[in-house]
Amino acid sequence: MLRETWLVFRRHTAVSLRSPAWVIIGIIQPVLYLVLFGPLMEKIVANTPGFPPGDAWQILTPGLLVQLGLFGSMFAGFALLADISTGVLERMRVTPVRRLALLLGRVLHDMVQLLVQAVLLVVLAALVFGLRAPLAGVALCLVMVALLGICLSSCSYAVAAILRSEETFPPVLTSVSVPLLLLTGILVPITMDLAPRWLYVLSRINPFAHVMDAERAAFRGEYSVDALLTGSVVLCVVTVLAVWWGARTFHRENA
Amino acid sequence: MIEARGLARTFKSRSRTVEAVRGVDIDVAAGELVGFLGPNGAGKTTTLRMLTTLLRPSAGSATVAGRDLLTDSLGVRRQIGYVAQGGGSAPECRVVEEIEIQGRFYGLSKAESIRRGRALAEHLDLDGLEQRLVRTLSGGQKRRLDIALGLIHSPRLVFLDEPTSGLDPQSRANLWQHIRSLRDEHGVTVFLTTHYLDEADALCDRVLVIDDGTIVAAGSPDELKSTVSGDGVTVGVPAESTVDAAEIAGHLPGAHEVSTTEDTVSFRVPRGDTALPELLRALEAKGIAMTSIQVQRPSLDDVFLTVTGRSLRDAQEVPGAA
Repeated sequence: MLRETWLVFRRHTAVSLRSPAWVIIGIIQPVLYLVLFGPLMEKIVANTPGFPPGDAWQILTPGLLVQLGLFGSMFAGFALLADISTGVLERMRVTPVRRLALLLGRVLHDMVQLLVQAVLLVVLAALVFGLRAPLAGVALCLVMVALLGICLSSCSYAVAAILRSEETFPPVLTSVSVPLLLLTGILVPITMDLAPRWLYVLSRINPFAHVMDAERAAFRGEYSVDALLTGSVVLCVVTVLAVWWGARTFHRENA
Repeated sequence: MIEARGLARTFKSRSRTVEAVRGVDIDVAAGELVGFLGPNGAGKTTTLRMLTTLLRPSAGSATVAGRDLLTDSLGVRRQIGYVAQGGGSAPECRVVEEIEIQGRFYGLSKAESIRRGRALAEHLDLDGLEQRLVRTLSGGQKRRLDIALGLIHSPRLVFLDEPTSGLDPQSRANLWQHIRSLRDEHGVTVFLTTHYLDEADALCDRVLVIDDGTIVAAGSPDELKSTVSGDGVTVGVPAESTVDAAEIAGHLPGAHEVSTTEDTVSFRVPRGDTALPELLRALEAKGIAMTSIQVQRPSLDDVFLTVTGRSLRDAQEVPGAA
């Protein structure tokens, strides 16, 4: 099983390494936010009450990491749809390789790619914009981003395998991702002081809002706050559920 | 090698239930090259997908390469090779990588996988293409790569779904050679589907004719053709003589299915070659000047026509078939 997962991982990684440009294209959006939106945040954070503690970059950078994790991984399903239409997936499904390995190998590949992008983003924020954050906190944050990637790409594969259509997948993706991203409070944190009550409550229902809080706490080096614990537990639970869903879909025929 | 009983598959969608395969029995012995012939939508691919563990049968049972299809699908997958209709190689991969990783999927070591890949590439005329991206291959080359992928683990049983569809005549003839040599030189049992009559005729030891989810005829191409009663003879005669000519033809021993057009008479006789001299003499005796003559051995299309009541070529055009 490990060997099979490794083989599937290696195959997809080999393809990605051949066109590393995609890694860069994937972080263009968060980098643009960093460059074109970050400087605005500095003033806003300084003058608006209700923001969580920490400076603008400590608030924005983890937000962009979560955005990268959510948004980037959600698109993983497109690669699966391509493999379905070229018959690659079906070819692999007739080999003795376990269906779970076919999923996990892909998911791990997406996770590694995401981590590379996340590290690039953090380094850029630190070098160019003077982000200051404890190393341990950033490392913890990256672990959470990795889990986020596993969770979201598993879901993306499950949805793609169920829809099996390059026409219906994008609209489904958009209708899920936009509310999810907004309710996570990536750019402006959805705190009790900043948001009206209903919006705050709504965001608490979104598991990724808790992950967001945990990442910001980690960036501030506050390892003892409840937010970090809640976020980590929530993240682990949704990740396990997502992988289970993906595995179940991959086991079903036709997937 | 394959023993299937009552294999059936129904697809349910919101509005209707489609019985794609309605209980087929299939027996294929080791070393046979068997073709599954039928129009598009007859259930060929569905049957193949069931036999290769991709689709769970709604009913029936099967033993494939000695393993039970329903309880040991992993065992079946280890034993068989499968080449899907559209192939299964990724356009963005290099030929050599696809072959190597495919071998490793079957548990071969890296070195062994590379060694076998090289041998296969040579055998299938792919040498020199190893470093190419799959998307740069021609249709025939890509098809041979897909076949190489299906053979990397030296399976004793290979399923080929429409192996030559969409290929130019030269590539087809070339691929036929390769498929024959699989059986002749390597003892591989081959089960293929095709909607090409000439392919089934030229390539297969035995043909199973499927129509509308049911096997309607089975046998060697010659056996099948002999079920059609006799050769078709068409004689061209002057328009005013068709009636007389038809009467003469009808009196030939064993002649039947006599029909006429404006200036031809067609009929079937058990043996066209021996009936001709007699026909010529009789026509001459009546002073009818023949303008042309044609004798046709029965084709598999005639077989299809006899068992289903329609021509395979017409059956291809059934709307909604997939």
